[in-house]
Amino acid sequence: MTELGPGPSFLEHLNRDRPDLLPGTRAVLPADAGAQVPHGTTIVALSYADGIVMAGDRRATMGNVIASRRIEKVFETDSYSVIGIAGAAGLAIDIAKLFTVELEHYEKIEGTRLSLDGKANRLASMIRSNMPMALQGMSVVPLFAGFDTFSGTGRIFSFDITGGLYEEVEHHSIGSGSPYARGALKKLWQPGLGATAAVHVAVEALYDAADDDSATGGPDTVRGLWPVVYTVDATGAHRVEDAILADMAADIIATRTASGRES
Amino acid sequence: MSAQYYVSPEQLMKDRADFARKGIARGRAVITASCIDGIALIAENPSGSLHKIGEIYDRIAFAAVGKYNEFESLRQAGVRYADTRGYSYSRHDVTGRGLASVYAQSLGAVFTAEAKPFEVELAVLELGATPADDTLFSLNFDGSIAEQPGHIIMGGDTPALREAWNAYWTGKDLAAAGIDEVIRAAALVLPGVGEDPGDAHLLEVAMLERTTSTGSHRHFRRLDTPTIARILGAGK
Repeated sequence: MTELGPGPSFLEHLNRDRPDLLPGTRAVLPADAGAQVPHGTTIVALSYADGIVMAGDRRATMGNVIASRRIEKVFETDSYSVIGIAGAAGLAIDIAKLFTVELEHYEKIEGTRLSLDGKANRLASMIRSNMPMALQGMSVVPLFAGFDTFSGTGRIFSFDITGGLYEEVEHHSIGSGSPYARGALKKLWQPGLGATAAVHVAVEALYDAADDDSATGGPDTVRGLWPVVYTVDATGAHRVEDAILADMAADIIATRTASGRES
Repeated sequence: MSAQYYVSPEQLMKDRADFARKGIARGRAVITASCIDGIALIAENPSGSLHKIGEIYDRIAFAAVGKYNEFESLRQAGVRYADTRGYSYSRHDVTGRGLASVYAQSLGAVFTAEAKPFEVELAVLELGATPADDTLFSLNFDGSIAEQPGHIIMGGDTPALREAWNAYWTGKDLAAAGIDEVIRAAALVLPGVGEDPGDAHLLEVAMLERTTSTGSHRHFRRLDTPTIARILGAGK
């Protein structure tokens, strides 16, 4: 039978011709390796009337040390989707970068965009191939969300280290601060939120996560560092400007200060 | 034992070149031109899905005439080359010159070593900050490469097209022209297409925009048929 070329997948092309460029290795790591590399922490995503919002705090930790105060963990993967990453930061950023090229490559080779389900499935298989590393403490667990141009709605997908793919409704959060963020989202999220209100909810959920989880960074007014927030709707993915986030963070801090309560 | 006939290298190369030239001249033409809004790529192509023009990378586009299966495999190889390079180095390290030179090597190797040369002519176009910074490479079936100033015309009856194109632009400045005018000029010059909105479906048009409306790093944009029809209609 005639062998067809590598097809529209960049990952398949690397597997075939340049395996040296793939993220991660099959190396056997020491037992405590997971504690010796930076880990990304909390990501939240929620749906609103026109699409989805995804936000990530700016902290990476290495054991009890803050490895980075300004790491960015939410990326635009193409014009209609975003990815947020938690877990071993180096590997996770590599996987997000490879996934971005994978989507662009498919679009250029095929002349059409992958469907949102197709993108989520591709990402799931990339996470699955990282399982040997995940079992040695180098897990990468992303949160993927985007605007489905077929159904005209925003959708959120979560993953596990075995490549399991789960569609989430309303909202979801991953990373060390996620139990607290999820609690906040349950109280703050409402159906049919507007874009600004939805961004506010995401920033406030991260604030609550940072309040209780030492590995999640809150708004840093000293250095002027705010969460990375993206909205994705029918017009595409847009990063929310720092000036808007600074105002929202100031508003949340002022409200909580004024209430003078423990929460 | 079969007898090996002697064929002089001159004759061999000439035969191959004639063969490739014939194949290329049979196809319809492509015009690419650098103007104030970016680089316009216009092909006479009634098919809406079998493209002759394609995106390679952020600021690099590809255009081809000749055999579809051959230039399509070259285009895909170009996308793989560019994406691999951009992924392993950086997006800035993917250049039109680098891509054109690997195309030249591969076309040259096939021309001399394979049973049949590629029946294609390619253009690799890289967008610069101004029309003067744009680089337009034309590549021939034998691997010869040239940097063309301003525009490239390939395929069909090239000398006649070139004459018509030059006649249109006499006394006008192509580098200062807008994209709409360039598309209308190409529609006038290409045989089988007129400057009529009804002919829009016969054209395949894309551009490397000098400034993208979305601020995206990808400057390649394909124009759909209604947009082309509007541009052709606006010339009247």
